[in-house]
Amino acid sequence: MATVALRRISKSYSGRQVLASLDLDLTSGELVCLLGPSGCGKTTLLRIIAGFIRPDSGTVVVAGKDVTALPPAARQMGMVFQSYSLFPNMTALDNVRFGPRVAGVGKEQQVSRARELLALVGLTEHGEKFPHQLSGGQQQRVALARALAVQPQMLLLDEPLSALDAQVRAQLREEIRRIQRATGITTVLVTHDQEEALSMSDRVAVMNEGRLLQVATPAAIYREPADPFVARFIGAGAVLPGTIEKGAVRVAHVAMLARAASDHAEGCAVDLYIRPEHVRLESMNGHIPPGSVAAEVNETTFFGSLTRVKLTLQDMPDGHGLWADLPSEQADRFKPGSRVLASWDEAAPRVMPRN
Amino acid sequence: MNRMGIIGWLVLPLAAIYFIVPLVMTLAFSLWQGGSSYGFASYRVLMGRPQLPSSLLLSTELAGATALMLVVLLLPAMIFMNLYAPKLRPLFEFIAALPFVVPAIALVAGLTALFTGPEWLLGSPFYLVIPYFFLALPYAYRSLDVGLGALDLTTLTEAGQSLGATMGQIIRFVVLPNLRSALVGSLLLTLAVVIGEFTFANVLLFRTFAVFMNQIGQHEATEAAALVMVSFLITWGAMLGVLVVGRGCSPVGGGH
Repeated sequence: MATVALRRISKSYSGRQVLASLDLDLTSGELVCLLGPSGCGKTTLLRIIAGFIRPDSGTVVVAGKDVTALPPAARQMGMVFQSYSLFPNMTALDNVRFGPRVAGVGKEQQVSRARELLALVGLTEHGEKFPHQLSGGQQQRVALARALAVQPQMLLLDEPLSALDAQVRAQLREEIRRIQRATGITTVLVTHDQEEALSMSDRVAVMNEGRLLQVATPAAIYREPADPFVARFIGAGAVLPGTIEKGAVRVAHVAMLARAASDHAEGCAVDLYIRPEHVRLESMNGHIPPGSVAAEVNETTFFGSLTRVKLTLQDMPDGHGLWADLPSEQADRFKPGSRVLASWDEAAPRVMPRN
Repeated sequence: MNRMGIIGWLVLPLAAIYFIVPLVMTLAFSLWQGGSSYGFASYRVLMGRPQLPSSLLLSTELAGATALMLVVLLLPAMIFMNLYAPKLRPLFEFIAALPFVVPAIALVAGLTALFTGPEWLLGSPFYLVIPYFFLALPYAYRSLDVGLGALDLTTLTEAGQSLGATMGQIIRFVVLPNLRSALVGSLLLTLAVVIGEFTFANVLLFRTFAVFMNQIGQHEATEAAALVMVSFLITWGAMLGVLVVGRGCSPVGGGH
């Protein structure tokens, strides 16, 4: 399967830069997710790879060949779109064999290939159905099979799950990953859903305002965000503004433990990022031990096995708060209004210079 | 009381009387054989006239040629506009509405001055296809516009392109089959417009069905009434065709 190299890709619309000299490499057979908020340029980048948009500058190299000037039909890339894009006048089987059909493959071969792919996506029994007779999830599976039928060098998935309900989305997420691994096709997935990105990708490329901020494995993106935007965008957590003082981060007048503080100069203005799963809570017993901060439970949100506890830090300006994710049975004893001690491992928080 | 209300219930029978009474009277007059005798004599005489099939055939051929011209010129232009130049939509709307505001006689004068060749076309009744194209344009445009609006044309085209299809293959295998009902609708409306068109054919001295009808009306009143009924049947047949084909189409629009 193909390696892909995007070199210095730029694109502007009406003077507004959508992509700014962007570089990205994909190794053969990996699934890279372009993740970012709406309008960050991820779909534009995907459409440039597909050939639907010409970049203002830069090159798209697939398997060592510069395809920047090639039209979409000549690029041999399978694409699955956000909106259901099946041809309404064709059955599922005819949709899947459309690519081989226009390529001039013999009818028997077209049909047998289409049946194989329908079996791969678990729709053997639905080949004779028209798109309007299939559910949204089934339609996207047919679209995936159709994209694979042209034996693409690359698979491009443009928010393929965003129109589906949560249960189908979770199911299809696993299925796409299974099929991608089985076929070994180099794949680019565009999404704004971080759960989707983290669970499906080999690597995640986080974008904002037309720039690639960090490209790394899902675990690295989550645990070691390299950029304040990535730290805020991925996962939940508290962001507390402070200054470096004696190897800790002073927020208002409270010194917060953070080993990463030692990476910054004394007096430097920083933001402290604390994930909710790192915060531990105890009931207040009168004194505040070193490494703990006093807080009041503001509200609790039940998520099934976990409960998220929102805390207001005491003696601090408004808006300075923390979240703590606790097993639900433990969280029951922390009622709104109760006073607690919050603490965390020194190694857990991230510290980054304030923008 | 349903949504129509009392006024609706009063207007409906009045409108029905307004449309049905002249039709019934024309039918009765076409069957009148003098005195108190009624029969199909005028229909028999009409069917015996060789000009009837020839004029009807000519009008049908002109309708077919006009429809073909619309499919070849208008449809690709509309697909192009929808895909690549949606900003041109107001211009298309304006052009499509023009035939409504320009009087037919002005169109005849303008077109005869404009189209002075080629030679083989000038003396041929198929010269009429040029003005008929413009006459049928508003109806065909509207019908195709509704059909294209129901399709996610951009996504379907991009899906086709990503699968290696050329634009021609996408139009043939994807767009046209999904526009079946809109296409048939626009073709039948074109047929109805062309069959009934009189001014151009009369001024340019071609004996189409409408011109034949007018000539008969000047000499044989009951035959003219019979011819009116025949033309009504043809038009209704066309409309019925639109309804049947429209109803027979499966839902489109990306298969949501």
